[in-house]
Amino acid sequence: MAAASQRRSRGLIALTTGFVMLWVVIASFPFLWTLWGSFKVQGDFFSKADWMNALWGTFTRAETGGAFTGAGYEGAWIEQEFWRAVLNTAIVVFFTVVISLTLGTLGGFALARSGYRYAFWLLMIALVFRAMPHITLVSGYLLPFFEWNLWGHLPTTIIVLVAINQPFTLWMLHSFFLNIPKDLDESAMVDGCTRFQAFWHVIIPVMWPGVITTGLFSFLLAYNDFAVTAMLLSQENQTMVPKIASFLGTTQVEGNVMFAVAAVVSAMVPLFFLIMFFQRQIVSGLTAGAVKG
Amino acid sequence: MPHRTFLWFIFPSLLAMILFIALPIGSVIVQSLYIEHEQVVKTVENCGPFGCEEETTVDAEATAAIREAEPLGRFNGIGTYLNRSHLAVEEVRQAWAESESLGAFFGRLMNLPFYKALAFTLTYTFVVTPLVLVAGLFIALAVNSIPSRLKGPTIFVSLLPMIVTPLIGSLILFWMIDARGIIGASLQNLMDDPSLSLKASPTLTWLTLIAYGVWHSAPFSFIVFYAGLQTVPEETLEAAMIDGASRWERVRYVVIPYMAPLVVFITLMQLMDNFRVFEPIVGFSAAANATSLSYIIYNDLRGDYQQFGSAAATSVLTILGVAVLLTPVLIRTWRDFNRKRA
Repeated sequence: MAAASQRRSRGLIALTTGFVMLWVVIASFPFLWTLWGSFKVQGDFFSKADWMNALWGTFTRAETGGAFTGAGYEGAWIEQEFWRAVLNTAIVVFFTVVISLTLGTLGGFALARSGYRYAFWLLMIALVFRAMPHITLVSGYLLPFFEWNLWGHLPTTIIVLVAINQPFTLWMLHSFFLNIPKDLDESAMVDGCTRFQAFWHVIIPVMWPGVITTGLFSFLLAYNDFAVTAMLLSQENQTMVPKIASFLGTTQVEGNVMFAVAAVVSAMVPLFFLIMFFQRQIVSGLTAGAVKG
Repeated sequence: MPHRTFLWFIFPSLLAMILFIALPIGSVIVQSLYIEHEQVVKTVENCGPFGCEEETTVDAEATAAIREAEPLGRFNGIGTYLNRSHLAVEEVRQAWAESESLGAFFGRLMNLPFYKALAFTLTYTFVVTPLVLVAGLFIALAVNSIPSRLKGPTIFVSLLPMIVTPLIGSLILFWMIDARGIIGASLQNLMDDPSLSLKASPTLTWLTLIAYGVWHSAPFSFIVFYAGLQTVPEETLEAAMIDGASRWERVRYVVIPYMAPLVVFITLMQLMDNFRVFEPIVGFSAAANATSLSYIIYNDLRGDYQQFGSAAATSVLTILGVAVLLTPVLIRTWRDFNRKRA
């Protein structure tokens, strides 16, 4: 049932529908195109003669016999050992999310429950830290890390990503904790809980939605990072994103762009499923900071 | 909450931020005052059958030894800040004295790496941010009016450009705008110009990067505005309609004022994120025509010969830029906070 104020003329309906359709195409077409093209050979993916070649797979048929080929994936995953990067990403992302959430829930709870002025200032400092371009911080790490032989290892990168994540995690969890009434932990403390027991047994169980949402964003930050992982990891410890960037340097020469295309699609797939399963949480997370002020 | 408990709860998080955000900022300030050691040169006398000649060579061993002993380099004061790759004081003064018009002056300024990067970073930040706001608002208004069955899938698709890794998103578009890719080839057909390339000219590269920026960030403002639209009270809209407001007037005078706090929020987030624009320049291989502050730091740090001093000086200047960008926000928040307490 549309409310009176939502009633609109036919022309306007056509206009808005057209606009939404245009946006849907702009937003999704590049991904579909690249997904489709990743199963072709380079001559089709980049076809000077006629872009329709990519649809019919003219060169793919000529070179491999079938309309689709997994050559790009085979090259990337097996020949260029992309699976190693996938494994590294899994390790980095998993530990970053777990540690970020552990530190973040504790800190966010404290910030939400403290009425003192310094809590406000800590949040402001966190906001300034959130604005720091990551690469400026990286240029601060490199030299000390080289000196102390910390450079290149996965744990170093995990800790750095956790720290870079903290300002954002604190803000988000703090705003989720504000929504949980103070009475809840106070009544638990009247019943004889310590502050930490109240936090652990009473608050956390009702905080799960907020923790999951924040975890999703920590995941994205760690998964999508390029500046930190590209500069702080050695060749054999590289995660997916820097690995893809290094593909570009090496494979463009050999004419094997399709390796990079296949790797890009492989790195996209988990994100696709992430949105599919957690769309609601992502939307609520994006608006958490905004709508509540 | 008592101070002591507060401290225990926040301690791990605070420690992580002090160690890996606050200290590195201190570390770049120190590093920016130092510069790499010069190579140690030694003179060797080579005596052959036709007499002796002196030859200067680099003493690799001694160079390595001194670099090992003092990894920070030698003290250079603010010299790095003033050299050609950063503020380029000497070059700017010269350009100012010799250029006849303001245009010529800026033209010469754009040849200096730091100013070139600064110009792109600022342009990107201040063009993409308003465009993202406008695009997001229109998408939100349009999506809000389609049948609710279609809203879920539309939001799903809309999230893709934002969620996807920036480097990957820019690579995907980069391949499509290649002269042999679908968009690049179609543009050539459309313009009837077989030599048209979005990668060749600085202007087109800047436009491409800006288009990427809007594509990447519009979903964020769309989602925020869309959520905001759900909270606009129906009564106010109806009242405005009874008063004879047209559809556009209702949007202009009811919906948009209602969205004002959201605009502030999106602007803040966008300014912070756009100011550190970096991945698209790598993804689009655009460094020849457009560099950003983040990119020149990255460029100094990679490769076999890393220039820590130079990267650190640019980092300090970038951090100052962030501070300038955030000052209005911080002042405003401070005022709000005081008003709430009073």
